[in-house]
Amino acid sequence: MAEIVLDKVSKRYPDGALAVSEADITIADGEFIILVGPSGCGKSTMLNMIAGLEDISAGELRIDGERVNEKAPKDRDIAMVFQSYALYPHMSVRENMAFPLRLAKVDDATVRRKVDEAARILDLTQHLDRKPANLSGGQRQRVAMGRAIVRNPKAFLMDEPLSNLDAKLRVQMRTSVSKLQKQLATTTVYVTHDQTEAMTLGDRVVVLRSGKVQQIGSPQFLYDNPANLFVAGFIGSPSMNFLPGTLGEGELMTALGPVTLSDRVRRLVEAAGAPREVIAGIRPEHFEDVALMDADHAARSGSTFTATVDVLESMGSDKYAYFTVEGETAASAELDELAADSGTADTGATPGSQLVTRLSVTSHAREGEPLDVWFDADKVQVFDPSTGRNLTYAG
Amino acid sequence: MSHVLDRPSTKPVLSEGKRAERRLGWLLCAPAAIVMLAVTAWPIIYSVWLSLQRYDLRFPDDRQFVGLANYAAVLSNGYWWTAFGVTTVITVVSVVIELVLGMLLALAMHRTLVGRGLVRTVTLIPYGIVTVVAAFSWFYAWNSDTGYLAALFGAEAPLTQRIPSLLIIILAEVWKTTPFMALLLMAGLALVPDDLLRAASMDGANAWQRFTRVMLPVMKPAILVALLFRTLDAFRIFDNIFILTKGANDTSSVSMQTYNNLIRGLNLGIGSTMSVLIFVAVAIIAFVFVKLFGASAPGNDPGGKR
Amino acid sequence: MAVIGGSTAGRKARWTFVDLLIVAYALIPVLWTVSLSFKTAASQTDRNFFPSEWTWQNYKDIFATNEFVRALVNSIGIALISTVIAVVLGMMAAYAIARLDFPGKRALVGVSLLIAMFPQVSLVSPLFEMERQLGLFDTWPGLILPYITFALPLAIYTLSAFFREIPWELEKAAKMDGATPAQAFRRVIAPLAAPGVFTTAILVFIFCWNDFLFAISLTSTERSRTVPAALSFFTGASQFEAPTGSISAAAVVITIPIIVFVLFFQRRIVAGLTSGAVKG
Repeated sequence: MAEIVLDKVSKRYPDGALAVSEADITIADGEFIILVGPSGCGKSTMLNMIAGLEDISAGELRIDGERVNEKAPKDRDIAMVFQSYALYPHMSVRENMAFPLRLAKVDDATVRRKVDEAARILDLTQHLDRKPANLSGGQRQRVAMGRAIVRNPKAFLMDEPLSNLDAKLRVQMRTSVSKLQKQLATTTVYVTHDQTEAMTLGDRVVVLRSGKVQQIGSPQFLYDNPANLFVAGFIGSPSMNFLPGTLGEGELMTALGPVTLSDRVRRLVEAAGAPREVIAGIRPEHFEDVALMDADHAARSGSTFTATVDVLESMGSDKYAYFTVEGETAASAELDELAADSGTADTGATPGSQLVTRLSVTSHAREGEPLDVWFDADKVQVFDPSTGRNLTYAG
Repeated sequence: MSHVLDRPSTKPVLSEGKRAERRLGWLLCAPAAIVMLAVTAWPIIYSVWLSLQRYDLRFPDDRQFVGLANYAAVLSNGYWWTAFGVTTVITVVSVVIELVLGMLLALAMHRTLVGRGLVRTVTLIPYGIVTVVAAFSWFYAWNSDTGYLAALFGAEAPLTQRIPSLLIIILAEVWKTTPFMALLLMAGLALVPDDLLRAASMDGANAWQRFTRVMLPVMKPAILVALLFRTLDAFRIFDNIFILTKGANDTSSVSMQTYNNLIRGLNLGIGSTMSVLIFVAVAIIAFVFVKLFGASAPGNDPGGKR
Repeated sequence: MAVIGGSTAGRKARWTFVDLLIVAYALIPVLWTVSLSFKTAASQTDRNFFPSEWTWQNYKDIFATNEFVRALVNSIGIALISTVIAVVLGMMAAYAIARLDFPGKRALVGVSLLIAMFPQVSLVSPLFEMERQLGLFDTWPGLILPYITFALPLAIYTLSAFFREIPWELEKAAKMDGATPAQAFRRVIAPLAAPGVFTTAILVFIFCWNDFLFAISLTSTERSRTVPAALSFFTGASQFEAPTGSISAAAVVITIPIIVFVLFFQRRIVAGLTSGAVKG
């Protein structure tokens, strides 16, 4: 068990590309921390640097206060679970799990005991003599976990360990990874591009974008208080709606009509010295069907608009109503990058112009018919389009 | 940021790793490259030099530089052109037959319902067997004294007549190399997804249309590579002719002619001239394949063969 | 796979017939040589496919001659040495090609490709002259050198195709599991690379075993003449007797290793021959 500190750690490749730029992260002993971001954001590079599989170009990496930049992977006492599992095809499950112990010259009896124990925890006991090729995806994943836990390392590194599993198994394994980590209380660094895993698994989440740390915090804090447009758009599913807006006297003008900002929001915006032209962000769950609300409360706490429902998806517990917003779409480098990563840039749908709202299941909204929709003025987030900074950040 | 990551301090450290990788790459390849160049490139240059000289080992004192006289001698010689014609005919005819037979064999190996392992095993025997051994088998089969095939077909000493001899040479060549062709084509067949064929039959294509419109186009890169390899290989035919006819009755190939001038005639000048001419001919064939058909050699262009 | 859909007995029978045709195609010339090798001298000219009388005499004869035994020793020795050297050099180059990035890589691949298609006879004249000057003519190294050269492209292709298939991430995994680079190689990578190396060795051996042109051009005596070359110099037991029996018996002997390889390693040979061709 160990504390891992990244002190201004950078990685520059020989061709000059900067993969990680001055990352400052302190991972507490026993903490489960998630590195998340779109592909190419440097999260895997960061993990490989902690592992010792890639050299650190600048900065210092400390494990338990000791500088380990120059140490070989085998001397760092860290275990890793790979995306492809990296099971040795010529060894049985037992030999795979015993391999790190054998390399550490542990005696046979101890090896046997530790492997049996790990197999029991991971429910692999009856598969110990099989070869990896004869295992299912979930079993292979568990063998990879087993190989990591047998030797009680100081920390676990996991590189998208669940991404090769099908959706149902992934949810199952997600909870068992979480349970296992709590049970062992070993420091864990977990890389993923799946924001659901990021939200559900970690104690804290590190959001990365093109090699730079965007924000570090607990999942709920990141969700409620994203530091910038990128984090706001990346965390949350369906993602936050973004609309171009103009700030006036205590009022925000958007394509949804004028909104009177709540006192809290107004104070934050003023303190931040906001420009006139901004981007407004509203999460889908902060909308509601006006017909289901007390008219008075609706008028006091938010703003109402009327629009035609394009598509209505009933999820059973809620309804998602999609609207098309007239006028300009919100534009910023961060939003373009998010669109490119999620693939919406190629689908022909312009993300800024579509509004996603999550309504109560009792709503009578119908496709093709107009609907009066309310949104919460206190939950509106305001961003600076040029820097992407969240002007309503309360952290 | 730049005060930590300024290039002068970081770049040398990083390119160190890159340089080490290059050095290791060169170091590992050097022995293979040196051997290959020493035993091919240098001799080729040397043989160009030899081809410009009058150099007959029976009269070593007459050695002298004669410019292109050897080329004039070879290119105006009827035997050379006969050998060239024979080589071309054998190459074209045997490669065409091999392509057709090889495709049938590949389809059979790919699709057979029974004894797949057995079929694949036996087809490797012609590939693996020593060419000279196979050539002797055909020689004795068609020889008028010993041959069961000569007896079967009632042929009167076929290996003493030109056309039958050429046919037997082609038969021996085709027998030996069709399995290799079939294996290369089978690898190409494996690239045709079953779903593509199912889709084609849903679209109303019959078996022949599926073969010509779907399988052949998808397999084209594999077919071209197989053809290129086999054409160049067939052009250097030597072993079969040496054993079957020794080049008698105008059945000599260019390789055979070269060997005769060199080892039998001990005429290094003329032999080297022929060597250079064969090298040029092979280079032209390869060039034509690559330019005309866009054949991509294996390993050269990953995009060219999916 | 074999029983997808309605595979009727009729279709199976048809395929059995096709298979038998293929087996006959591949085996008849081989069986004919075997048959000749067991025929007595008198019945050699009866022009029948099967021997009417069986005899081991031809085999006894060839093993009694120095001509054949010496050639067999030469064949085995030269092919084995060439194979070992070509595979070792090929392994080094193939590893670099599959795993490392360095300028000149494409050139190396290109050159070895050229050599694979090279007209070998073009090398015979200069090598003949050079080896005479260097004193390599009619020696083992005189044959081993060209064999290595022409086997190298084959070895490099096949091996780099195999090496590309190895999941190299396992090397990283081994390092994370506490292995030194040497341990990672010995305990993880080597066991995975071994089958490819073995297959390549078989293909290279077959290639060297098969050569006739160099063997007959670069040798002049029994000292280093290999069996394929020696066969063409065989004479009958007496001046008036054709060497048919001896040649056939010797041919059968040198076909045995090929049959053994094919029988035991069919799958690997097919994989080796096709991997280089398709995946490059």
